[in-house]
Amino acid sequence: MDDLLSEFLTETNESLDVVDVELVKFEQEPNNAKILDNVFRLVHTIKGTCGFLGLPRLEALAHAGETLMGKFRDGAKVTPDAVSLILSSIDRIKEILADLEAAGGAEPEGSDDDLISELERMSLSADTTGGKAAAPTAEDEAMARGELVEQVLERPLRPGEVSLDDLERAFREAECEVELPVSDPISEIDAAELAADAEIEAETAPPLAVKARPRGGETAAREPAEKGEKKASVSSQSIRVAVETLEHLMTMVSELVLTRNQLLEISRRHEDSEFKVPLQRLSNVTAELQEGVMKTRMQPIGNAWQKLPRIVRDLSQELDKPIELEMVGAETELDRQVLELIKDPLTHMIRNSADHGLEMPSDRKAAGKSEKGTITLSAYHEGGHIIIEVKDDGRGIDVDRVKAKVLERGLASEAELDKMTDQQIHKYIFHAGFSTAQNITSVSGRGVGMDVVRNNVELIGGSIDLRSTPGRGSSFIIKIPLTLAIVSALIVEAGGDRFAIPQLSVVELVRVQSNSEHRIERIKDTPVLRLRNKLLPLVHMSHLLGFDGPDGETEIEADTGFIVVMQVGSQTFGVVVDGVFHTEEIVVKPMSTMLRNLTMFSGNTILGDGAVIMIIDPNGVASAMASHASSVVAEGERKEAEEAMASAIDGQSSVSMLLFRAGSPEPKAVPLSLVTRLEEFDVSKIEHSNGRDLVQYRGALMPLVYIDPSQAHRGEGTQPMLVFSDAGRSMGLVVDEIVDIVEDRMNIEVGSDRAGVLGSAVIKDKATEIIDLGYYLPQAFEDWFMRKEMDIAALTKKVLLVDDSAFFRNMLTPVLKAAGYDVTACTGANQAFELLENGDRFQAIVSDIEMPEINGFEFCEALRRDPRFRKMPILALSAVVSPASIERGRQAGFDDYVAKFDRPGLIASLKDLFAGEMGIAA
Amino acid sequence: MKHNDNLAASIDDTIQYVTVIIGGQLFGLPISQVHDVFVPESLTRVPLAAPEVAGVLNLRGRIVTAIDMRKRLHLPNRDKNAQVMAVGIEHKGESYGLVIDQVGEVLRLSGDSMEANPSNLDKRWAEISGGVHRLDGKLMIILDVARLFGAMVSEPLAAA
Repeated sequence: MDDLLSEFLTETNESLDVVDVELVKFEQEPNNAKILDNVFRLVHTIKGTCGFLGLPRLEALAHAGETLMGKFRDGAKVTPDAVSLILSSIDRIKEILADLEAAGGAEPEGSDDDLISELERMSLSADTTGGKAAAPTAEDEAMARGELVEQVLERPLRPGEVSLDDLERAFREAECEVELPVSDPISEIDAAELAADAEIEAETAPPLAVKARPRGGETAAREPAEKGEKKASVSSQSIRVAVETLEHLMTMVSELVLTRNQLLEISRRHEDSEFKVPLQRLSNVTAELQEGVMKTRMQPIGNAWQKLPRIVRDLSQELDKPIELEMVGAETELDRQVLELIKDPLTHMIRNSADHGLEMPSDRKAAGKSEKGTITLSAYHEGGHIIIEVKDDGRGIDVDRVKAKVLERGLASEAELDKMTDQQIHKYIFHAGFSTAQNITSVSGRGVGMDVVRNNVELIGGSIDLRSTPGRGSSFIIKIPLTLAIVSALIVEAGGDRFAIPQLSVVELVRVQSNSEHRIERIKDTPVLRLRNKLLPLVHMSHLLGFDGPDGETEIEADTGFIVVMQVGSQTFGVVVDGVFHTEEIVVKPMSTMLRNLTMFSGNTILGDGAVIMIIDPNGVASAMASHASSVVAEGERKEAEEAMASAIDGQSSVSMLLFRAGSPEPKAVPLSLVTRLEEFDVSKIEHSNGRDLVQYRGALMPLVYIDPSQAHRGEGTQPMLVFSDAGRSMGLVVDEIVDIVEDRMNIEVGSDRAGVLGSAVIKDKATEIIDLGYYLPQAFEDWFMRKEMDIAALTKKVLLVDDSAFFRNMLTPVLKAAGYDVTACTGANQAFELLENGDRFQAIVSDIEMPEINGFEFCEALRRDPRFRKMPILALSAVVSPASIERGRQAGFDDYVAKFDRPGLIASLKDLFAGEMGIAA
Repeated sequence: MKHNDNLAASIDDTIQYVTVIIGGQLFGLPISQVHDVFVPESLTRVPLAAPEVAGVLNLRGRIVTAIDMRKRLHLPNRDKNAQVMAVGIEHKGESYGLVIDQVGEVLRLSGDSMEANPSNLDKRWAEISGGVHRLDGKLMIILDVARLFGAMVSEPLAAA
């Protein structure tokens, strides 16, 4: 591609962007001649250049568009349709330009007759005779000269084409208005003449153009400069520099920064070195140079916004909603590399706001808002990063709809959702394939929106957050670093190595010591930190990086070290490190291809002391936290539910058991997953009322229950207890001592007739009593199981429970019975088949998935093949709940899929199944 | 690179090889591909990386990814105190260092003594070997850098 063409491409693309913006403005103020002139001139320049470069397709299209705009200038009425048409022509021009660039200068094949004929039709209909006559008289001379050349045109006019005369006049008008500030009348005429030359040549005689064009080009280039007085001084002092040159410069400066760091490190070691002063100077100069070079890469964010008014305008028409786009802080500058990367996500979000966020005008009116919806886009600096906010005043995010969608896609269970805050639920819209738009429109609703946005933002080390108020609108807040090249990082140590954590995501540092106010506490084996009345999930850095072996958990129990509190999006967590050194400006260097698959690192760099250090990717850590099943913001309950799930998944059939002693020296055990919290109360807090012991707990009275009714709480000191919570009620089970938490397969080997004990199992080589919570819970609240689900109709329902684990059979049977079902438990699919063959009739089957011999999926498939059981409600019960397994369950024919520890979910699901069934029968 | 080798070979029919020893076996790298030979010092571990990644290090301001050739060739680890060397090469604009036991002399070898890989060569070796040279009393395996990286770069990706 020759220089001329590439320059043309750059210039034309820029002009087209301006045209876009101007046209939208023009549509709103059709009487503003200034805007129209501007647009007209730009299109004209494009047309002229195309003709000159021998690009007939572009030229014809630009010409037709220009003709129509000429009519507007002559006073034709500006209609939205016409503007749309011109806009789509501009789009087509852009397409052709893109192809042109890709093809290295050859115009792509194809025809634009559709657009051209439409444009011509519209200009014909817009033809007004009156407007044309108003040719400025001052230009007679120029006109006469123009007419002379006009005769060169040796072919009949194309339909819709205006005679050269008209064109020229129109063109001259444009030129004149621009050139007016110039006092010299000769130059004025010259300019018009030159432009006319260029114009004619473009139309007819390419060979001549070689000389004329550069001059014509000059005038065109001068126009904007002369128009805006303010800009004039800037543009005359600015030069175009290839991006590559800047990039190279940046790289070199980065190297310089590194070298400076190295020198500083050396001088730190030699206190009285005479290098000190010059080095300080060098350091300052380097810093200034760095800043200067960074500045060259800075561009106002408005550049990324340029296309948005146009997009919003189109959307507004397409969706039939009046929308106003407000842009604040367009002058905020950021690195052009970041700018490029943020463009698409922003467009996406604007589309989303327009489509999902804003209501239809009628709805808005009904809600007492103005018909016109407003989308506000704002940008500002905050610390070392830039905040971009996309806000709409629409309906806000419909939490219920998100919930329904979450359930439908199996991303979380209903019980889990119930415990989440709205904020947490909102976050689901960033999941892949998640769209709550009820209708798929061409604008959005295909579910490929927000997750892509999030990914793109994270890619550049940013984060995205969301706030929404129902009925008031929602706003998305993107936080991105100003630049990607140089970041300030915290240098920490873990597992004997140093790592850099970008400061951007570091909120604070907490020092922990076992005897200080901040100490690491543990829920099961997940470490947490109490920080300003919130629980902060923790993870040890060396654990994340896979340094420690199977017994690595003990390391964290040493409980001294530093916690780097990090925030990624609205997710906050602590990373435990062995030591913290200092902060350093580092230059992020990409990792080699071999290491790119490591999500935990975003790059590497050379430190001042010359060593290479890996740079931690906060997003990688955040997602690792999530997969460690403890990611969620400090919310005890939800965490525990997840942990229960996770432990069930990890251990498959092994279960975490909490061992304790109560009443007697034999160890007792309960599944840890059922325990909500371990608490210790000062005995003085235990009160006696209405014949039972109570403590005040979280603003409510919590009844205490003793394993052995004759037992009493301690006389002094503190009293440990296990707290069980369910649906807002809590019970404290008083124990003497908490012994241990073990992960073990649990086989209840000896059943028990004693109330309150399921049986005995060998745990840690000791016979241990497994406590039947189903017995104790009603002691605290008699209606513990009953109150919700007791249902007369259910009493007659016979349910078959299939589970190979005695533990779960023993745990779930009382739960189901308590809910009023008549439960028959069997140990496997074969036994179930036998029962069913014998003619035992059941209204529903609840089946485990992970079973030996015949698993749950096979069992269900076998049943579905039998016409008798085709309609039978069958529920899957599994420790593994993932979208894939749920899908597998659906394929196998299960009506529903419930997590094993989700007792309320199981009851609710059964209830639903029966409700549905009765509905069909009626 | 490859092209140059062939060109050189056709002119005087010889190629110069930098010989290295890995686990007692002689290997040769075409000299045109070897940027430098250095002693790998202050290696930074890369957690979670593929086992053959020995770490990253700073070589005159460039970050070099060091690959332990013993691991790559599935040879037993060398003694802790054993001397190591590294051969610096470039692949697709990135710097790598192949950690080896010892660097030997530079040999000028003609194509006559070269043979294709014996068919019974360990598959994991054959994968990165460009052929074998028969020398006096020993054999030299040609390390094909392109193939070495081809196999490594795709492997971790597939595993990810």
